[in-house]
Amino acid sequence: MIEFRLNGRPVRSTAPDDDTLLSALTNDHEVNGAKYGCGRAQCGSCTVLVDGNPVRSCTAPLSSVGGRSVTTLEGLSQSGRPSRLQQAFIDEQAAQCGYCSAGMIMQAQALLERNPRPTDAEVRAALDGNLCRCGAHNRIVRAVLRAAKGA
Amino acid sequence: MASSPLSTSRRGFLKGAGSLTLSFSIPLADAIAQAPAPVLPGNMNRHRRLSAWLRIEASGTVTLLLGKVELGQGILTALTQICADELDVEFGRIQIISGDTALVPNEGVTAGSLSMPYSAPAVQQAAAEARALLLDLAAARLGQPVASLSVSDGVVSAPGGTKLSYGELVQPDTLQREASGKAPRKPREQHRYIGRSQPRPDLEAKFLGRSIFVHEKRPAGMLHGQIVRPPTYRAQLVAVDTSTVERMPGVVRVVRRGSFLAVVAQRERQAHDAARALSSAARWEVDKAMPGHDRMADWLRTAPSRLIDTRNQPRAAGGAEPARTLTASYYRPYQMHASIGPSAAIATLDAEGMLTVQTHSQSVFETREAIAKMLGMPLEKVRLQHVQGAGCYGHNLADDAAADAALLAVAVPGKPIRVLFTREQEHLWEPYGSAMLVNTRATLDAQGNVLDWDLQLWSTPHGTRPNGQPGNLLSARYLEKPFAMPVPGNLGPPNYAADRNAIALYDFPGHRVRTHFITEMPLRVSSTRGLGAYGNVFAIESFIDELAVAAGADPLEYRLRHMKDERARDVLNGAARRFGWSNWRKSAGRGRGIAFARYKNIAGYCAVALEVEVDRASGHIRVLRAVAAADSGHIVNPDGVVNQIEGGLIQSLSWTLKEEVRFDDTKVLSSDWSSYPILTFSEVPPVEVVLIDRPGAPYLGTGEASQGPTGAALANAVFDATGVRFRRLPLTPERVLAGLKAPRAESAHVTHG
Repeated sequence: MIEFRLNGRPVRSTAPDDDTLLSALTNDHEVNGAKYGCGRAQCGSCTVLVDGNPVRSCTAPLSSVGGRSVTTLEGLSQSGRPSRLQQAFIDEQAAQCGYCSAGMIMQAQALLERNPRPTDAEVRAALDGNLCRCGAHNRIVRAVLRAAKGA
Repeated sequence: MASSPLSTSRRGFLKGAGSLTLSFSIPLADAIAQAPAPVLPGNMNRHRRLSAWLRIEASGTVTLLLGKVELGQGILTALTQICADELDVEFGRIQIISGDTALVPNEGVTAGSLSMPYSAPAVQQAAAEARALLLDLAAARLGQPVASLSVSDGVVSAPGGTKLSYGELVQPDTLQREASGKAPRKPREQHRYIGRSQPRPDLEAKFLGRSIFVHEKRPAGMLHGQIVRPPTYRAQLVAVDTSTVERMPGVVRVVRRGSFLAVVAQRERQAHDAARALSSAARWEVDKAMPGHDRMADWLRTAPSRLIDTRNQPRAAGGAEPARTLTASYYRPYQMHASIGPSAAIATLDAEGMLTVQTHSQSVFETREAIAKMLGMPLEKVRLQHVQGAGCYGHNLADDAAADAALLAVAVPGKPIRVLFTREQEHLWEPYGSAMLVNTRATLDAQGNVLDWDLQLWSTPHGTRPNGQPGNLLSARYLEKPFAMPVPGNLGPPNYAADRNAIALYDFPGHRVRTHFITEMPLRVSSTRGLGAYGNVFAIESFIDELAVAAGADPLEYRLRHMKDERARDVLNGAARRFGWSNWRKSAGRGRGIAFARYKNIAGYCAVALEVEVDRASGHIRVLRAVAAADSGHIVNPDGVVNQIEGGLIQSLSWTLKEEVRFDDTKVLSSDWSSYPILTFSEVPPVEVVLIDRPGAPYLGTGEASQGPTGAALANAVFDATGVRFRRLPLTPERVLAGLKAPRAESAHVTHG
């Protein structure tokens, strides 16, 4: 039994300790904002924040978050209102299919917390491990820069 | 590739019946006996009742019923914009039901850039007719002439201030009638949504983490299925001891049907563990029958093929004398859809024997039919409901996930069974875009103008969609009574398939195109964004560049010299202008390239100009910037068009720079993102899109328009930068380096004489 904070609330997971964090989040905690993409930490679509750091939840064991704080896409919005970063994604229409978006937004959130005024190149470097197949890259970069500008 | 509204005349339908399945709601014999009905716009001609498209309820709720589905391309938003304008209802109030076989009109496959040309006019006409009928009802109720009434957000106002809402006006039978085809569409000046960038409601949901993908559906009691695929395409399951796996924790059922092997378990992790154990326990007879990726071009040239005379236009006698002939040979490898999210589906067989499958299929109706036949179930007992999946760029594994979930659901009735493929399964088993070999030959006059143009292509199929036939479903071929895969055809005009865009839009006095269509398939293949267009446009637009060089002409001027189509000229000039073609200065290591195509020669026009820098030491190509100019006819959602053109361009850069499915004699080797890398953020250049709007012109499909021109523009820019012509894709650093070291080898296919 693993206890951790999920989007600010204490939760207890009954999943086996060696389950992946992604599996526990999506199957037991009904999280949508972390997607299975590759299971090998190659694509970034499962990215969540653990104590503010971006983590690929598809390879992180559930046991690794015991006592820690996990934030998913759902945890960014406040009572249904989009966060500044989410609003910037809406404003820039920064996706086509949107499957990679959850991971992109979480990776960008981690960047902005560390570096509130990143350059275009810094955003690209931070997101380089997050794959997008639809070709929405430039929109995503614009969204992150827009959110940073509004900070 | 769609089997949608390809044929409008009855003769065309009968002629095409051998290679196409058109879903008509009336039997063929009746259709022939009946007098011709008026032709209604787009897909409305097949679904003629207003109630097929629209519901307006007494509560005021407006629901649009769509056979087309959202694939990430934004189609639902564009269609809603059109409905909102013609019906005079706010965009946000329109509900959508899309891709539910029990509820929506069968619009065939959502593919081929056919949704805007065929679905949009139907929605537009349905909304316009519904509005006219409601206004008639209002006029009668209010005793006022229709001309005196106005509508705002579904509320009709009469002079004097009396108001009646659509909900108050609508009668149960109002929309239960055939469209007349006569209701006028609104003049453009009255459009509030058409022509304006409309944010997509589904994107907001996705950015906020609301449940929208099939991957996020968790019906109560849902179980997890995992398929154990064979080690190779044609492997046979010889033996498997399932007893150990059956006793593993959480395992509900091990399903073995012939060489189809799967497991259903309580938890996702348990299903994976059991599938792994099952895989280890299985003994397979493996074949070694593949040519290997390096030998694929030779394989294509020598495989048995059917010759199709795609175009044969001999040059008229007289005129200029031939001065010289050039030839070249181009190769495009197998490439993947490689969606970021693996395919998934949820299927449930309920107590009444009704099978419901939630799927991100592009072809819910045809896949439903294939599944029903595979399971031996009556069609009316199978219902498919479209739920969004990750980005779809053609026929991927969505239909197979639906079929697999269905196979497991009938094995474990009463429970929703989810199938979610692993990344490795998605990479190894999806139907790829076919490898292609394209040989070109041109005879020029003394001024370098083309006299004769000859293109020959060799390709395996580009369409193996379900099409109502179980043999097109992957797992159906492994069952105890396997369904044989039907021999795929090559779609004819006007859409074409392997030879899509094989006919250059340029005006050449002599123009010949031959297609060597190969039905043997070393690798599984099907429709991948653009089908043959990517390979054909790569060859055509590379070769015309080679001819321009031979003629000592500027590549843009040379194209324009051979191009009469004004809209084609406009996108070429538009891209060149925004790029700064005329005042561009060459510097060391840098080059520029331009290319053009009108997708299918009947859909959207697109020209791409881009600039590259080539590092001669590493062979690494850096794309510095790219510009596209696009003409999609009358634009409904400008930002939607930009997103498609820009996304297609970036995806095509990825294909062209990096992507090739690798395989040996036994199996596919590209099994994940490290063995099949795609373009990343730091490699994506700035992209500008210039839109040329054509108000009042037909809507033209956009989603596949930029793919072809981008690949050729890139190769042309690399030639401009290095003086070496690369004709084999992808342009990886290794290949570029080899070409730079031995330019003769790369250029060996060109003969001057």
